[in-house]
Amino acid sequence: MEHEAAEEAAHAGWPHYESAGEYIEHHLQNLQVCRDHGEWVWNHCSGFMTLNVDSMFFAVVLGVVFLWLFGRAAKRATTGQPGKFQAFIELIIDFVDGSVKDGFSGKNKVIAPLSLTIFIWVVLMNTMDLIPVDWLPAAGSMMGISYMKVVPTTDINVTFGLSISVFLLTIYYSLKIKGPIGFLKELTLNPIAPPTKGLGLLAAPFIIAFNFILEGVALIARPVSHSLRLFGNMFAGELIFILIALVGIWQLPLHFAWAVFHILVVTLQAFVFMMLTIVYLNGAHATEH
Amino acid sequence: MDFNLTLIGQSIAMIVFVWFCMKFIWPPLIDAIETRQKEIADGLAAAERGQNSLSDAQSQVDRIVAEARDRARGIVDQANTRANGIVEEARAEGVAARQREVDAGHAQIELDKSRARDELRNQVAAIAVAGAERVLAREIDASAHRDLLDQLASEL
Repeated sequence: MEHEAAEEAAHAGWPHYESAGEYIEHHLQNLQVCRDHGEWVWNHCSGFMTLNVDSMFFAVVLGVVFLWLFGRAAKRATTGQPGKFQAFIELIIDFVDGSVKDGFSGKNKVIAPLSLTIFIWVVLMNTMDLIPVDWLPAAGSMMGISYMKVVPTTDINVTFGLSISVFLLTIYYSLKIKGPIGFLKELTLNPIAPPTKGLGLLAAPFIIAFNFILEGVALIARPVSHSLRLFGNMFAGELIFILIALVGIWQLPLHFAWAVFHILVVTLQAFVFMMLTIVYLNGAHATEH
Repeated sequence: MDFNLTLIGQSIAMIVFVWFCMKFIWPPLIDAIETRQKEIADGLAAAERGQNSLSDAQSQVDRIVAEARDRARGIVDQANTRANGIVEEARAEGVAARQREVDAGHAQIELDKSRARDELRNQVAAIAVAGAERVLAREIDASAHRDLLDQLASEL
């Protein structure tokens, strides 16, 4: 294993590809690390105990960039006349606050900061897509890093990491606000109300089971669709950037056109992701179904 | 495309970021925004109040000016009346004084006239006596006929 890593390190330099297929495959491969028999293994991993180093690296760096930018504004925030930077940050804060107030009827101090973090973080991660696809990977290759995917949101682990966190928060608040009984009622007494008297009582268990399956599937489908929507959009966009990078000199206008269109996708998908987060958490706080 | 540890790593990163945002970023910024909103609303309300009190003050000023104008007009009227009164009084006094002067003059003239007449009478009497003396010469004793001559003189 160490031998292979050394071999790959020895290939450090300008990347060379045998075919278009290899080029695409190489660009869709994460830089992975795992432990095998007490040793660190790079890029020959399988199974759950693997870490996508590039996704984690860029996600954390961009998250820190977000915290740094907004933290700077927060530290210097004045109630008087704001500077241009503070005004810009406040514009975003106000936008997110407005979205939360529109979409969230309950009272919870977590929702607004959560929405802001998700929105800006996802925007930043999506924006990595606008950097020409070979710049960072080629630079990495020169330094001996053989694989690099620079857009964290094209990694399904990242989008699922976000959506599952939101899902767990939803479950937590559902249990906290409605109580276990209330939550269970919500899952079993909808959409068909089971009969409570007469012969219908015999059918009630079946109706409850039916409701539970239906609502359970709907519940589980939420984080899946939540993350797959973002992942699918960004992955497809990234793939098209890679394909455009294969067509030679004509990639310049094509890349520009697709990038302009992609700016829309970048912000829109981040906004959709934030809005869905708000809507799901609002559902967790709503006492009536 | 397999699920792996990145999923958990990403979730942990997200929790940390959200916590940090909730603790250190969101509160000061939203506070600043809401405080400023409140300040602006207060400022607008104060401006409105100022506008109102300005128009109040304006109407008060108008009222005071009108009052003062009325009072001034009253004072001027009163002064005019008074001035006319004074002029009338002075004129009446003047007329009376002239009358007094004229009366005094008349009296003086009368006095002078009667005095002159008396003198003239006395002189005439004297002349008459002198004439008579000359006519009568020594035959008439002035002192013996004094009462006669005086009677004559008073009849002139």
